[in-house]
Amino acid sequence: MIIDHPLLGPRDAAEFTYLGDAAMIHRPDWQAEHALAHFTAYGYMRDNPAGAHRELWFHEQGDRSWLVVTRDTTTHEITDVQLARDVARAEGRSK
Amino acid sequence: MSYSGFRVIKEALTGHRGWGPAWRTPEPKAQYDYVIIGGGGHGLATAHYLAKEFGQSRIAVIEKGWIGGGNVGRNTTIIRSNYLLDGNEPFYEFSLKLWEGLEQDLNYNAMVSQRGILNLIHSDAQRDAFIRRGNAMILNGADADLMTTAQIQARYPLLNVNNARFPIKGGLAQHRGGTVRHDAVAWGYARAADRRGVDIIQNCEVTGFRIENGKCLGVETSRGFIGARKVAACVAGSSGRLMEKAGMRLPIESHVLQAFVSEGLKPVLPGVVTFGAGHFYCSQSDKGGLVFGGDIDGYNSYAQRGNLPVVEDVCEGGMAIFPMLGRVRLLRMWGGIMDMSMDGSPIIDHTHIDGLYFNGGWCYGGFKATPASGFAYAHLLATDRPHETATAYRFDRFETGRMIDEKGMGNQPNLH
Repeated sequence: MIIDHPLLGPRDAAEFTYLGDAAMIHRPDWQAEHALAHFTAYGYMRDNPAGAHRELWFHEQGDRSWLVVTRDTTTHEITDVQLARDVARAEGRSK
Repeated sequence: MSYSGFRVIKEALTGHRGWGPAWRTPEPKAQYDYVIIGGGGHGLATAHYLAKEFGQSRIAVIEKGWIGGGNVGRNTTIIRSNYLLDGNEPFYEFSLKLWEGLEQDLNYNAMVSQRGILNLIHSDAQRDAFIRRGNAMILNGADADLMTTAQIQARYPLLNVNNARFPIKGGLAQHRGGTVRHDAVAWGYARAADRRGVDIIQNCEVTGFRIENGKCLGVETSRGFIGARKVAACVAGSSGRLMEKAGMRLPIESHVLQAFVSEGLKPVLPGVVTFGAGHFYCSQSDKGGLVFGGDIDGYNSYAQRGNLPVVEDVCEGGMAIFPMLGRVRLLRMWGGIMDMSMDGSPIIDHTHIDGLYFNGGWCYGGFKATPASGFAYAHLLATDRPHETATAYRFDRFETGRMIDEKGMGNQPNLH
């Protein structure tokens, strides 16, 4: 697989390590009323779709940036790559 | 009609006209007591033990494609019970004991071959860890043997014991481990279940569950609605896709694992050798091909094919301990989809929906578990209580902190 890095251009996926579902950008609030249930879901439950999947990849052998890659899990085709920082800010994370 | 040596001779003398299909091709009925979704090894084993050990009837196994066409036909055929943790080892040892009596139980030649499995040791720390695991195995009634380098060289002369980075300092062997003809496991269970009246319905895809007031009444399929008192999901690899139809999220990611087989060679490898430090393991099939594999690719996938960096990594691992592999040609490679759970261990449990049960999360270790998985799942379905060896395989263990994490990797499925 080739990941088209927003800053560096196309790079071999072997340069990256994989974390998982990009929903993990949104860490639950530990002071919320049902924080335990939220953290259980955050830590352990996954959507695991067959088809388009937004996921976090870390450019460990490169510029060490986190990316949000949109990839089809049935074909491995990558349709979108963004810096995770930009995605997180656009979705309301403060930092 | 039973299979036997006498039968083979009789058929040979009468032109082989007496052999019939090994199982029927029934039409689905409107209502069953038990509908098992998934005609792989685990699903067929569940049906067999439900009928035989728990005396149940009105059982159907429904399969999207043909039976044995999924992971039971895609694995590397190894059986073993060399686990450390209390939640796992009794279960896998129960499985190995069932393997030992499987062919008599099924009246089917599954080519169970207890040729032994060897885990290689490269450092003092690893030896300490393996001794601990070996003791845990012995405490649970399994066999374990710490082998010296000289003993290993005598049994496996093709191993390079002097690799600069990973010199072989010994090994933990389980001599009762080995290999089984994987397709024959599916066929044997299918035939045995069919002979006890189980309906095996192929080319019948589940398209949804009929759930009313928190109770599962049956499954919608490509061949119409099939009602059931109890519905048992058993589709490891595709669990995410199936349980989504019941509105469930699982502590599971689907990942692709690749496997390889070389051209046929004369006998060179008498048992199974695993090189954990280099992510490589290998055995030799009875046809002569070296069957080997390594790690999962490491990203979510339902594609049943992997990428080349892992192929290179596996082959490098092989070259490090078996330098003769460099002269061997690769014949086939393929991928299978694993239910990678969050702690590397499986789930056999009720769901929160009445009448709907779940068996999955087998990671890349489902084949060896086939008999015990079927037995324990049948026990759960018939009695609504977990089998004594499978009490830890619960859905709520992540919430309650009772994970069964053999390698201590944490909730990162691609590291298990």
